[in-house]
Amino acid sequence: MELINQHTKRIMEGCKERARDAGLRFTDESLEYIVTNRDLLELSPKVMIPTLYDYWVHDVEVLREKGKYELYPHNPYETVINTRPPISFYNDNNPDWLNVMIFYHVLAHIDFFQNNTYFRHTWDYDFNGRALSDKRVIAKLRAEKGRWVDYVIEFARGIDNLVDFHGNLTDLFIPAESKCSSRLDYYFDVFLQSVKKTPISEYLKEVARYNQCLKDFGDQGEKAFFTETERRHPELAAHFAKEEAPQSPKGRDLLGYLLDNSEFLDRDENTWMKSILEIVRQTSIFFQPQIRTKIMNEGWASYWHEKLFLRDNRIKGHEVDFARVHAGVTSMPRVGMNPYALGMRLFAFIEDQADKGRLSFAFRRLNDIEARKNYDDAAASGQGTIFRVREDLCDYLFLTNYVDQDFVDHHKLFVAGRRLDRKRMVWQYYVKSRKADDYRRMLLGSLYHPPAITVDQTKGIHGTLYLQHHFEGKQLVQEYIANTLMGIEYLWGGPVQLETSEARTATGEQLSGKKEEGEEGEIRWQRVVYTMNTKALSKKTL
Amino acid sequence: MSNDLKTYLEALKEGGLSPEREARLAAELATAEEGHEPLTGVNVGRGPFACFSRSLYAWHDMMALQGETAVQSPYAFLTKSLDELLERDRQREEDGFPRKIQVGRLVKPGRGGGKVVVVPTTVEEKLIHDPTVRPPEEEGQSGGTGDGQEGEIIGEQPVREEGQQPGSGPGQGEGENHEMESSAYELGKTLTEKFQLPNLKEKGKKQSLTRYTYDLTDKHRGFGQVLDKKATLRRIVESNIALGNMPDVTDIDPSRFLIAPSDKVYRVVSRERDYESQAVIFFLRDYSGSMAGKVTDLVVSQHVLIYSWLLYQYGGQVESRFILHDTEAKEVPDFYTYYNSRVAGGTEVASAYRLVNDLVANEDLSRDYNIYVFHGTDGDDWDTGGTKAVPELERMLKYTSRVGVTIAEHGRGEYGGTEVSNYLNGSGLLKKHPELIRMDIMTEDADEARLIESIRRLIS
Repeated sequence: MELINQHTKRIMEGCKERARDAGLRFTDESLEYIVTNRDLLELSPKVMIPTLYDYWVHDVEVLREKGKYELYPHNPYETVINTRPPISFYNDNNPDWLNVMIFYHVLAHIDFFQNNTYFRHTWDYDFNGRALSDKRVIAKLRAEKGRWVDYVIEFARGIDNLVDFHGNLTDLFIPAESKCSSRLDYYFDVFLQSVKKTPISEYLKEVARYNQCLKDFGDQGEKAFFTETERRHPELAAHFAKEEAPQSPKGRDLLGYLLDNSEFLDRDENTWMKSILEIVRQTSIFFQPQIRTKIMNEGWASYWHEKLFLRDNRIKGHEVDFARVHAGVTSMPRVGMNPYALGMRLFAFIEDQADKGRLSFAFRRLNDIEARKNYDDAAASGQGTIFRVREDLCDYLFLTNYVDQDFVDHHKLFVAGRRLDRKRMVWQYYVKSRKADDYRRMLLGSLYHPPAITVDQTKGIHGTLYLQHHFEGKQLVQEYIANTLMGIEYLWGGPVQLETSEARTATGEQLSGKKEEGEEGEIRWQRVVYTMNTKALSKKTL
Repeated sequence: MSNDLKTYLEALKEGGLSPEREARLAAELATAEEGHEPLTGVNVGRGPFACFSRSLYAWHDMMALQGETAVQSPYAFLTKSLDELLERDRQREEDGFPRKIQVGRLVKPGRGGGKVVVVPTTVEEKLIHDPTVRPPEEEGQSGGTGDGQEGEIIGEQPVREEGQQPGSGPGQGEGENHEMESSAYELGKTLTEKFQLPNLKEKGKKQSLTRYTYDLTDKHRGFGQVLDKKATLRRIVESNIALGNMPDVTDIDPSRFLIAPSDKVYRVVSRERDYESQAVIFFLRDYSGSMAGKVTDLVVSQHVLIYSWLLYQYGGQVESRFILHDTEAKEVPDFYTYYNSRVAGGTEVASAYRLVNDLVANEDLSRDYNIYVFHGTDGDDWDTGGTKAVPELERMLKYTSRVGVTIAEHGRGEYGGTEVSNYLNGSGLLKKHPELIRMDIMTEDADEARLIESIRRLIS
């Protein structure tokens, strides 16, 4: 790896100036490296972080067909990494005009990394530096503990998708003093709304009463409020006690939970394992926002490289070259999804809508199709809006909020289906739906989504770690359960149970992934519990 | 050729065919014109619907902007040798954890001279959602763009092509790859040790090879390294008789012998040919149209494993011959062609057996070699009842050490058993010569453990 030459660096600096003028915000310094194929081979198992810790699996070809992106929720060929300074990677034979385009793309990514709030936890330090120190810690431990270090890395990586990324973020955004007690949260968020189903007027009265108590009694306000409340709802305390345990935020973060609660890890001879768990957990959390903003991030970068490239006076004469590459990157495929194309169109659409003032209540109320078509209040707030969108949203909210029927119609989008024609043994591709709701549901269904698995201390016998899989319509990959639970058992130092759901056919037979397409019958979901005890796995139907 | 096939098919129809079978044969026939030329380059991403099952997350900047294709598997770059990895795996087992390295699952022949890379692989298990199990109403779906009414069919694609064609991973350039011979030998060793595959019985046939040992076997008169006393004495006696120096053979006085320098016979070091048992393996692969997808991978993976194992058993003295067949069989020069030829056309198993018999007869191989024949197919055969195949097999059994037939079923479960398994069972050969011919049937989604098990069944 070597740095780009001075000539190319000057081009980059020129791009930075123009990008800043357009409103993008990013740190001054950046590093650009030329990478060869050999470098890529070394970097891609390490997710392009040159200093990531060594692990033998990086040297082996990994089978990852099944649930590829759920297993490895990061891009092995990232062009730019979210470090301080940001580092980006280039081919050594790119012509200048292409570099200009890539530089704009990269700068928009950097702007996204440094301004989107889902990346908040990565802003205050350089991951490259931290990774280097982590790598040294692991190398040192390996010198002392040998292969056991690799076992612990393996077991920790087995659950590194079960870290509570969102909970982690929440802590960063809610200042400690503004937090209210969990009892208060429970009373207003759950008890009144779900348990008592209080009408809104009553609810508002309670809020007013709480505020009054604060005013009257100051620090003692909450206590006074609850004295009165418990007189009215004597059952509140019992409900609250029952509810609180599984709600504890650490329960959603299995790795964090093990770090805090595993007696095995607390033993003197095992405390070194904690540093490895912490490294794996931090590394996982660092990468989490990247996959949750793939469409936005690529869309944002494509939007800007197009806009800024066409304005750039230094590349006159390469418009056709640019058009070819740009179209290759951002054209919508006839079937299939392209995050560059989709994200870029959605940003452009949002900008256009905002410019015409259509992201407003007044517009939403309109039913008349002609009036909707011609609606334009010349608000011209497009730029501001897309900058806010890139700051506040992730893919899920981006798609939920903005993919509407107008967008789907405008770009002639549809949900493509595929079915088997058994007679002729061909796959038929067909237009399944042009409804925005269906299209959105299809998009959301394809987003990265790790299973929700929480620790439930109220279940299971003493000393057992009881894991609850909150079923969302998809079962877990069964052949992975045994080895993963074995790892958790090791780190926990005792038996582990996992409660989950499994697909059964109507006849009660268990379904596995191995079946011919189109032959599945009715599916029934059955709750089962797996128990891993001294490396032996057993299963019980609930 | 396609016309010949059509007449063939017509003839079969007259003989009576179930409608399902007829449809399948016709489907194979339709592929006949595609030919078998080796696949080149990456063939994922062909056709207008290639993106259908492509994940959103499969897109990345390096590819989209800089035209950098995903760098192929880093095996050329492996810092750890297979030995080290296996040692680590053995250690895992001792430490009480299940093994994690799989060997030989991926096969990526390079272009130059039949090289094969044996790639150690592993998988990192996590608790993740299984996308393949879903309620029936949710078929596969993806995004789309462009014209077309709801419900309108916008295109079609043959089912089989959708699956991976063999050779989906293109071979790396030469030079960097491990050579087949060295890594396959190690793999064979591993297989024998790790999976306790049986050792071979020594077969009596010996044949000189190009290997030599050096020994004091040549004789030389006058000078040399070691005096051969017996031979020297014999010469002296001869000379003395000739000289008339030995009047009475009943009363010899050695002290009276006249000894000429040239009578002394010495032994000198010389090159000797080494004799070892050796084997020739015929690998037969069905590359008819029905073999598209996983079945071919399975068959070829198994053949690599078998090859490795025999290579180890015979200490490297294994010659391999590769034969492909659809309705006609041909021998191909190297594993690369063997592995990468595109599947197309109809099926006639007998053609391959006949070719093996001819080759053995013409080259008189059975005199000098242990002969193994391994055949991989999906079990389809146009030759109903094996009227052609069974006689050829009987001929073959006269000289082979083992015939192993692997049937990788498509798992359609349409009728009991496949054509090939039906006529093999029907012929009684399996029962009559269990020492000579074995058959193993597995489904196309068999895993590595099943493959090894299958090898054990075929060989032990």
